Amino acid sequence: MSKPQEVNSAEIRARYPDVFNRPGSSRLTTPVVLAAALAVFVFGLIDLDFSPSRLISGLSQLGWISMMMIPPDPGSSLPLYLKALGETLSIALLGTTLAALLALPVSLLAARNVVPSIILRFPVRRFLDSIRGVDTLIWALVWINVVGLGPFAGVLAIAVSDFGAFGKLFSEAIEGADQKQVEGIRASGGSALHEIRFGLMPQVLPVIAGQVLYFIESNTRSATIIGIVGAGGIGLQLAEQIRVLEWQKVSFLILMILVAVAAIDFISGKLRFAIIGRRAVA
Amino acid sequence: MTLAVAILPEQQLAALNAAYRKAVARKRLRLLAGFAVFLAALIVASIGAEVNLRTFFTYFGNFISYFDRILTLDSGQRVWTNVGEWFWGWHKWLKLLGETLLISYVGTLVGSVFAFALNFFAAENTSPAAWLRFTVRRLLEFARTVPGIVFALIFVIAFGLGPMAGVLAIAIHSTGALGKLFSEIVENADMKPVEGIRSTGASWVSCMRFAILPQVSAGYASYALLRFEINVREASVMGFVGAGGIGQELIVAIRKFYYSDVSAILVTIIVTVFLIDITTGWVRGRLFGKEART
Repeated sequence: MSKPQEVNSAEIRARYPDVFNRPGSSRLTTPVVLAAALAVFVFGLIDLDFSPSRLISGLSQLGWISMMMIPPDPGSSLPLYLKALGETLSIALLGTTLAALLALPVSLLAARNVVPSIILRFPVRRFLDSIRGVDTLIWALVWINVVGLGPFAGVLAIAVSDFGAFGKLFSEAIEGADQKQVEGIRASGGSALHEIRFGLMPQVLPVIAGQVLYFIESNTRSATIIGIVGAGGIGLQLAEQIRVLEWQKVSFLILMILVAVAAIDFISGKLRFAIIGRRAVA
Repeated sequence: MTLAVAILPEQQLAALNAAYRKAVARKRLRLLAGFAVFLAALIVASIGAEVNLRTFFTYFGNFISYFDRILTLDSGQRVWTNVGEWFWGWHKWLKLLGETLLISYVGTLVGSVFAFALNFFAAENTSPAAWLRFTVRRLLEFARTVPGIVFALIFVIAFGLGPMAGVLAIAIHSTGALGKLFSEIVENADMKPVEGIRSTGASWVSCMRFAILPQVSAGYASYALLRFEINVREASVMGFVGAGGIGQELIVAIRKFYYSDVSAILVTIIVTVFLIDITTGWVRGRLFGKEART
């Protein structure tokens, strides 16, 4: 074996000028971007009233609160909490299903390979975007105005805000589908509806089923909080107990939410793999 | 060219046909059973969620007319006929919107710094010890499973009303979400550079700095930007529980039935979310090349 060559840094510098002699503009980019980001951060801290004293007193308060939370204890309201949890799960399931049913036809209108005309597609897409731009909590407030306080408003809120998300996701799945099947059906004389039913749907339904299951899972999380504005479920109990400073009950409710979400994660993960197989999800 | 279509003998064909039918029938049965279970779950859920179709149809008109009302000015005209009157509070709203953006910016930045500090301990291939990995992972899981607004509710009591509680809530939630995503990027990184650097006798910190970080930093930036986008939406409702931003103004307008204000604030929020989506999408595209949005 040959002996390792003597390293001559001057020679290496001369051989790779692009690495060692980068122009000033490209060297400066990173520090300038970092400095700007930091400047905005500091401005933000000042503008949002951050002060060390507030932070410290708040943290000590927080420590006190956490001490009060132990041990978690539902008191005598365990049946009430279980009912609220059931309500939350119902809201998530119904809301997601409703959203999926509504979004499927609309997503066809937003897909490039189904509706080639941009004039028709554009308003549908912007409509879906605007629905998505509004948070679920805001939709919950709107529906409370319409059907009154309670879990039904929650179902409708989840349905509407997921409708926007599903419309986009479904239309992307449809655009990703293979066109050859559709062409085959067109060649054999099928109508546009036949093309969708026999060419597209068999390809996209498993993808859609996976997404719906995933959303049921993530909506369990959203459904836990819409109660905070009065749309039913466990969030209502949580917000109430926080307002009256019953910290042991609060920590018990948080634990309940964690366990429920973990359980739903587990079940829907299993179902998802059963429907579409392991490969397609990853 | 000769073409031959093999035609099987009648008996064999019948047997194959029967097998096919049986397989299809079994599949159909399974599908039907799954559907029945799902339907039953829906019925149980609709009882649990107090779904009342009669209420729905009685009040559905309210939903339509709600949009009619929020698009009408006090004078009875349509909002777009008098934009100045519609956006009468734009000065205040823009300021609150700026506050919302700042809340999500500061929250995302703090969250990503914490996530960055923790993710190497949570990733399977870089974590120094199993117990450390387990602890950090459970911590991150807790931070992202508890909804941000629940943290905000608690922080409002600890830190007082105002944007500080919102920032901290967003920071904690972002730490949990980003820590998981970051550690997944690290788990996908190539370990050969790490071996190379370790063989020169470098410490764990240098291994992370010179072998892992160059591979993963673009992915970090992309996920952090995506999180910022999500956090803008989240920060827009932080005001509902008194944690700063435009949400406060919105909830007051909704509760007090200032109809045209509701639509004006909603429009400003939607436009802002659009702009942020487009800008961060563009920046991410430049950082990362074209990549599917997750």
